[in-house]
Amino acid sequence: MKVKSKKAMFGDWIFVLICVIISLICVIPMINLLARSLSSTDALVRHEVYLLPKGINFGAYATVFKDMKYIWAFFYTVILTLVSTVVSLTMTTICAYPLIFPELKGKGFINVVITITMFFNAGAIPNYLLIQNLNLLNNPLVLVLPYCLSVYNMIIMRSFFYGIPDSLRESAEIDGADFFTILWKIYIPLSKPVFATLALFYAVGRWNGYSDALMYIKKSEFYPLQLLLYNILNNINSVEVATQEGFSAPGLSESLKAAIVMFSTIPILCIYPFLQKYFIHGVMVGAVKE
Amino acid sequence: MEKSSAKKETSVVTKKKLSKNYFKRYWQLYALLAIPMVYFLVFKYVPMVYIQIAFKKYMLNTSVWKMPLAKNNGMQYFIQAFSNPEFMRALRNTIVLNLLDLCIGFPIPIIFALILNELVFKRFKKVVQTIAYMPHFLSWVIIYGIAIQLFAPSTGLINLAIMKMGGEAVPFLNDGNHWVWTYIFLGVWQSFGWNSIVYLAAIAGINSELYEAASVDGAGRFSKMWHITLPGIKPTIVILLIMAIGNILGSSFDRPFALQNNLVMDQAQVLSTYVYQYGIKGLQFSLTTAVGLFQSVVGVFFLLMANWLSRKLGERGIW
Repeated sequence: MKVKSKKAMFGDWIFVLICVIISLICVIPMINLLARSLSSTDALVRHEVYLLPKGINFGAYATVFKDMKYIWAFFYTVILTLVSTVVSLTMTTICAYPLIFPELKGKGFINVVITITMFFNAGAIPNYLLIQNLNLLNNPLVLVLPYCLSVYNMIIMRSFFYGIPDSLRESAEIDGADFFTILWKIYIPLSKPVFATLALFYAVGRWNGYSDALMYIKKSEFYPLQLLLYNILNNINSVEVATQEGFSAPGLSESLKAAIVMFSTIPILCIYPFLQKYFIHGVMVGAVKE
Repeated sequence: MEKSSAKKETSVVTKKKLSKNYFKRYWQLYALLAIPMVYFLVFKYVPMVYIQIAFKKYMLNTSVWKMPLAKNNGMQYFIQAFSNPEFMRALRNTIVLNLLDLCIGFPIPIIFALILNELVFKRFKKVVQTIAYMPHFLSWVIIYGIAIQLFAPSTGLINLAIMKMGGEAVPFLNDGNHWVWTYIFLGVWQSFGWNSIVYLAAIAGINSELYEAASVDGAGRFSKMWHITLPGIKPTIVILLIMAIGNILGSSFDRPFALQNNLVMDQAQVLSTYVYQYGIKGLQFSLTTAVGLFQSVVGVFFLLMANWLSRKLGERGIW
């Protein structure tokens, strides 16, 4: 008996070891990036930077924070993310809530209309032509409206609403509450976990998205942070970058790139661990739908 | 006769009264639903009207309904696409990259979930999970930025390490065949943790008495994994597999576009980036709409096929 439990312990440690290795694979790239963003030009040019910064230097970050272009893109993207998260949550709620009433007439038809859009997409060019005809090209609204309602997220919210006991709703109905009041006073206050989850999904989607801006926005002042970052990494408008002081040195430019990547990553990385207990539930409900 | 007509009349009256009451009672719900319905109509269904330009000769400032039919009964652009080596290359790359993703990227989250499930230290397990979910929250642009720092030929961390050990630098990003594996690796890196959540949830739903009974019977760790855990999460695996197979011709834009560069386009051009390059930048609207339509139709077809097959094999489909 004693031998057996000892053997089990050994097996456990092997799994711990595997998990440590996996975690390192996830984290090392970020550590390397951080180290590079904090290193001096010399150390980078001499290829001395691995996982720890050499010759600590906040120059790259100072450059980022002094450059209005990044600061503007940052706050613009923050506002864009907040607005589109609020719009998306509202749209998702008003779509999911009516559909939980079993007696609602036309529900089946509406469900079909919605489900079709999940599996069949008109394609990039028809979408582009629509945006063009709506006169939304070069308008920041194009980064909010076209993806403001995800059917997948709607299903997650609806499943959560289904989990709220019908008796609460029914007793409110008997007390004479109308459907707006029931939504506002019962469903929304009870649904904080699913709101947190979906807010995270929508916010991450907007914060990380760049392809819609790439296709629909030509004015660089309306570029979200990720598109700006894409252009910087690919040296698009490199003339502009190179003319600023000190950028011609390859080392600084590299640590600058690392600093910009860090700068546009940190907001999300600060938020998600706190929402972990919520989004796990959300993903689960979404996958095992109905 | 008289009686029945009178009866009919009253039933009509009650029906009318009922429907009036019904709308008086439920109008708020319809008012709420109206807004999402307008959204779906405008942003999902109106674009479907434009699909017809795949069969028509695109003309500026003309209504789509009035554009002339393309040659060969409207099939001109489909023929053109399939005789275009650039398109065929994009099609091949899309299938190859998706198949590799399916073969490598699909099982890894399952294996990871099984490994996590074996951890006895709960606090440690939670830390590992938080770390493993992290890459999912990075955008593809950021991952590309990270990839440059890791894989660049003479300055990247990995090549520096290889060279320090006396090896030769590997062109992870600049050579087509290496690029494919870098692409697959980064995809797995980004999503394996996140995709494991579903399986962990499914594992949590397995009746724990099964494990206790197996322990009493003397089953070891791996035999429990094989005979209880895997069968327990099989329905979840099947559903996700159907979705993945349905997506074999689907191509996301963000990942390939962010990771590709001019040196590897022979391997990196996929359908979505092809449509972007020749449609939105090259303005060949009819041709690229035809490509998009082909992609959507094949996607739906594969999804239906996979669903049909899984039902045939006695599994639950997605509907």
